[in-house]
Amino acid sequence: MMRHLISAADLTRDEAVLILDTAEEMARVADRPIKKLPALRGRTVCNLFFEDSTRTRISFEAAEKRLSADVINFAAKGSSVSKGESLKDTAQTLEAMGVDAVVIRHGASGAPYRLANSGWIDAPVINAGDGTHQHPTQALLDAFTMRRRLVGRDAGLGQDLAGRRITIVGDVLHSRVARSNVDLLHTLGAEVTLVAPPTLVPVGVETWPCEVSYDLDSTLTKSDAVMMLRVQRERMNAAFFPTEREYSRRYGLDGERMARMPEHAVVMHPGPMVRGMEITAEVADSPRCTVIEQVANGVSIRMAVLYLLLGGNESDAPTTNTRTEEK
Amino acid sequence: MSKTLIRGAKVLGGEPQDVLIDGATVERVGTGIEAGDATVIEAHGQILLPGLVDLHTHLREPGREDSETVLTGTRAAASGGYTAVFAMANTFPVADTAGVVEQVYRLGKESGYCDVQPIGAVTVGLEGKKLAELGAMHESAAGVTVFSDDGKCVDDAVMMRRALEYVKAFGGVIAQHAQEPRLTEGAQMNEGIVSAELGLGGWPAVAEESIIARDVLLAEHVGSRVHICHLSTAGSVEIVRWAKSRGIDVTAEVTPHHLLLTDELVRSYNPVYKVNPPLRTERDVMALREALADGTIDIVATDHAPHPHEDKDCEWAAAAMGMVGLETALSVVQQTMVETGLLDWAGVADRMSFKPAVIGGAKGHGRPVSAGEPANLTLVDPAYRGAVDPAGFASRSRNTPYEGRELPGRVTHTFLRGRATVVDGKLA
Repeated sequence: MMRHLISAADLTRDEAVLILDTAEEMARVADRPIKKLPALRGRTVCNLFFEDSTRTRISFEAAEKRLSADVINFAAKGSSVSKGESLKDTAQTLEAMGVDAVVIRHGASGAPYRLANSGWIDAPVINAGDGTHQHPTQALLDAFTMRRRLVGRDAGLGQDLAGRRITIVGDVLHSRVARSNVDLLHTLGAEVTLVAPPTLVPVGVETWPCEVSYDLDSTLTKSDAVMMLRVQRERMNAAFFPTEREYSRRYGLDGERMARMPEHAVVMHPGPMVRGMEITAEVADSPRCTVIEQVANGVSIRMAVLYLLLGGNESDAPTTNTRTEEK
Repeated sequence: MSKTLIRGAKVLGGEPQDVLIDGATVERVGTGIEAGDATVIEAHGQILLPGLVDLHTHLREPGREDSETVLTGTRAAASGGYTAVFAMANTFPVADTAGVVEQVYRLGKESGYCDVQPIGAVTVGLEGKKLAELGAMHESAAGVTVFSDDGKCVDDAVMMRRALEYVKAFGGVIAQHAQEPRLTEGAQMNEGIVSAELGLGGWPAVAEESIIARDVLLAEHVGSRVHICHLSTAGSVEIVRWAKSRGIDVTAEVTPHHLLLTDELVRSYNPVYKVNPPLRTERDVMALREALADGTIDIVATDHAPHPHEDKDCEWAAAAMGMVGLETALSVVQQTMVETGLLDWAGVADRMSFKPAVIGGAKGHGRPVSAGEPANLTLVDPAYRGAVDPAGFASRSRNTPYEGRELPGRVTHTFLRGRATVVDGKLA
């Protein structure tokens, strides 16, 4: 297993499947009366958040606590880009305090990479989202959700997403979720199509392992999963598209469009959803929409990543671990 | 005053000759010159060039003496074989008045390592709103002829037009930092395949090219002279080539780093590669080399941009833009232009001394190596090979992209008006 988790592109197919399988074991913990494993007892994990993200931070915190880790939350909002030293100094302070792993969220692309590769600290670094670059645990939880829905919970163990067709819709340009998903889903054998207005597709996308389309309707009928991305309203003022209504007409997912998707196909969203613009309430509240499952699965995935990166002892492993090994 | 005899050096890469320096002047160039009481430098195998002239240096003084001072910057320049540098105006305070340019000019004289010719700002405070007192700066003791808001683009077309027109009165030139500001909002690196993957804000080639296209047309319209700073894209080369073919009075410079490095290096997220304009693609690099060889790009200028360690030892987005270059420029040019067969040493002398001196009007610099000329000379050992070690830099800052990289060539001696500023590779 790798030392840090910086980018979904760094994972091999086997590493990714191992994380998904381990997360399946971790998910069983949630079904127990006492939702806690001793795997990281005595280890300290710091959640270093330079950018607000209550959802992601709480998800990591829940994962850390279920593994019995001691948790330090550090919110350094706003100080990141204005004064560069803060990242290095903060990291070294944490190192001096004996932190065993750092979960970092940062507004600047590449900040977790720098933290892991500059010799500032020794602890493993987990990227919880950096700028418009990567959000690997989000991609993993998305893949986990797809595997459960499209392949099966137990049947999915050891399996990847070979041949599944995934459509990702929306603001690809500014989306670390899209980048991470393209990388990971490709590694797992899926065929990915990005759908967005041309203004929200990055220059240079042609080298990505995916298709690009400007037409949502033509991709819906052949999608096993449609992942809607969050579109920030301020993009409208920057002329990325003319009006909210026009965006919604061309790239929003409503009941009518959802009805054209194959019966088994699911609708995904990393949250928080902007109802009415990118997704209608009808779709968001339908049983085909996995948003709530994605949140639950996020905890299992983050437990798996922490467990694997911090090399939890065999004796501390979940009791059902053998199931993974058999596969 | 003392005499020096340089024995057996290849003048501009030609046949070995002896060069006798008497005082501040080259007294004789020939073969078998008697040493007499002169100090002798055995220079067999070495190349003798006119002292290099850098049209684009940041000396940071006044205001950021923690990055560089006129003294440390000119020591770095001498180490790199330079005898004259043009100091950019983006200091604190900005060099937009006669007072500030005279201060920089005086500090250069006092340093004694290299002549410092200040560049004046085009607009007050580099703000692009109001023309600076260009005439007063020209008439000051510093005699400014080159004006630039470098670091910022003179993006207002009317302001650029007026500046171009105004400096015609005294033969000045506007050196433009070509960067369309709206197209480069939030820009962190070259826009393309690598930026898409890394999720860093893109600096598209067209933001440079569109300004160059506009400015050559403006220069043509008002019959003035424009100089394009640090040109970095293949498309920019095409525009300058077209403008020159049309008879427009435009000159252009390229930095050593844009002749060698590409945006692939940004994958390391190491801010030592963060520079403005950004490192471009392999295709751009090749086009720039070719354009420098065929004269479309007139000169090499370093854009020496010193920054203290703390401004680079951080995450990419927070880091300052720029890299030091005075001490490695000639080596990079040797590797990218001479050793590739694109340019001979006479061509190097042309692009790094003769032409920059002409563009900037540096008196006494960029002169032929012949009797009666000022003894501004640089001696280079082209056979030298070694890894770049920033610890040995004379510059106060160490933000070089070449740390540990092997580069060819070494400046062994530099003479400023006959006085050695560098001897055996060390500052005198």
